[in-house]
Amino acid sequence: MSAGRSAHLSWGQRLMLLIPYAWLALFFLGPFLIVLKISLSQTVIAQPPYVPLLDPSAGWHGLKNFAGQLSLDTYRLIASDPIYLSSYLKSLKIAGVSTGILLLIGYPLAYGIARSPRRLQPLLVMAVVLPFWTSFLIRVYAWIDILQRDGLLNAMLLKLHIVSAPVAWLSSDTAIYIGVVYSYLPFMVLPLYATLEKLDDTLLEAAADLGCTRLQAFWRVTAPLSLPGVAAGALLCFIPIVGEFVIPDLLGGSDSLMIGQTLWTEFFSNRDWPVASAIAVTLLGLLIVPIVFYERLQQRQLEGLR
Amino acid sequence: MTDGGQPLLRFDGVTKRFGAMAAVDRLSLDIGQGEFFALLGPSGCGKTTLLRLLAGLENLSEGRILLDGEDIGSVPAYLRPVNMMFQNYALFPHLSVAGNIAFGLRQEQAGRAEIAERVAEMLALTRLQGFEKRRVGQLSGGQRQRVALARSLIKRPRLLLLDEPLAALDKKLRAETQSELMELQRKLGTTFIIVTHDQEEAMIVADRIAVMNQGRLIQVAKPADIYERPNSRWAADFIGEVTLIEGRLVDGVLQSAVGPLRVGAGHGAPSHATVWLALRPEKLRLNAERPAGEDNALAGTVHEIGYRGGLSIYQMRLADRSLMRVAVANTGAARGRTFAVNELVWLSWPAEAGVVLTQ
Repeated sequence: MSAGRSAHLSWGQRLMLLIPYAWLALFFLGPFLIVLKISLSQTVIAQPPYVPLLDPSAGWHGLKNFAGQLSLDTYRLIASDPIYLSSYLKSLKIAGVSTGILLLIGYPLAYGIARSPRRLQPLLVMAVVLPFWTSFLIRVYAWIDILQRDGLLNAMLLKLHIVSAPVAWLSSDTAIYIGVVYSYLPFMVLPLYATLEKLDDTLLEAAADLGCTRLQAFWRVTAPLSLPGVAAGALLCFIPIVGEFVIPDLLGGSDSLMIGQTLWTEFFSNRDWPVASAIAVTLLGLLIVPIVFYERLQQRQLEGLR
Repeated sequence: MTDGGQPLLRFDGVTKRFGAMAAVDRLSLDIGQGEFFALLGPSGCGKTTLLRLLAGLENLSEGRILLDGEDIGSVPAYLRPVNMMFQNYALFPHLSVAGNIAFGLRQEQAGRAEIAERVAEMLALTRLQGFEKRRVGQLSGGQRQRVALARSLIKRPRLLLLDEPLAALDKKLRAETQSELMELQRKLGTTFIIVTHDQEEAMIVADRIAVMNQGRLIQVAKPADIYERPNSRWAADFIGEVTLIEGRLVDGVLQSAVGPLRVGAGHGAPSHATVWLALRPEKLRLNAERPAGEDNALAGTVHEIGYRGGLSIYQMRLADRSLMRVAVANTGAARGRTFAVNELVWLSWPAEAGVVLTQ
């Protein structure tokens, strides 16, 4: 049906369709090809700090020469040096655990909003989005203040006699988890709310009629029907957390780095653009797996509803 | 109805209030084992609320609901031996046809073999074989209706509740499904309670009908009795078409604005009481000449003719300017002649054709 329809598109409609593709080509595919090319280059002390450089004026021979100089050396380095592997693993671990915590906090929150009186819901959603009104960086700095040795958190814990001496929160993985979960909560709550809010109450009545208690109805009806929201929220959090740089840099310790920090070090401290680029390309390759998984889930969901 | 003994289901002074408004108002009703019972009424009359009270989806404000003599008022919905087919079907979009049908049995933790067997049985009963793997979203309206029916029957409920089960179907499919429902009910012997606002549907499928208005029962009777012997002006007017003539009974004759009218005996209304004579359009006859030997004959002019295919409804203007509806079958036979607008015609009917209503 869509094929038949696209055959009858007017020029204006074709132009409208072209705009997003042109946007992606210009701002995603183009830069990606540049990064991919740099990742296959070698580091030199020069401006720019890598060879070979593509020189179209050298003609066919120059192009062949250029292609011959590209190599996979940077990728071999990433595969052989354990520092990169441990960075990737740490990023995946932080992202995985944080996404799990986000789901545990975000699901009840979204569920509560979706089940509250309809006129209250916009207000509650607003409350979830409210932190966006302050700059992300400022909010992370605020957490430094809260988490430091004589900060708000320790003062509170000491006053409530939960701890007897100040706890070193900052410069630890715990601080990273706190910062990440705090920062990404809206990205988990909003897609979950959007799915749960659409849920038809008569489905729960039907489940009750067929013998389900409220808890059983939740597990057999609400939970499976909210899976697309869970997947959307989890990916919306997991993917950017894997590449997170600011939060681990400001709140985390220096003993082990997340992959974003390793990339930053390669790029700015070591001035090794090819290795930094190779890290970025590898990261993208890793993240394609969950994205494809999500796409397929969404496709299945669409087929089920149609 | 069961002959004596206790009924399968008894509503005893059942009341449901939403705020100050009583959706169901001190309602008492018995329903017997194996009955196909219809709750009929205009929207907002409380019929759906009554069904939901029975399913346990609403809590009683007052009164008792007895199933097999046992008060189920405080039994939660998930424990009641009652299943409901919802108006919009409420099928689970994440499950296949078989998954939807098996839902209730899975909840009972029935064995795998038993579930497969009973699902197959339900698929056969609702003629859904071959559709078990389909997603609900891939089904037509009629197929969804059958899945909903199968899903609500698989637990073999004591009572099956149907909330406007055919409202979403087109007219032709609705007629087919009505006879399927009746056949199914006869085959299973399960008590069916159907809620509908469609009087024709109620009369076709049900053994007995309860006509409801404003949370109360107006009349409970067999379809033919409701139609032929309505107990009030409201019931007569709600079911089918009717002309009501107000008058005063004097010595068995109704003194009305259009003259004295003879009525049948056995209405039980006291003499000199104000009553209404209800006349169904198809009980009246149109004649070119004043008919001899008829109990009642009135002169009138044809005001309007509504052609409906099989029959035509003549709106007759009487001497007192009031209108009366007469149905004439379009048989095309030589004896039935047709009349034109503004033609002077005689209406006639026997005394027993009308029903005397006192309220």
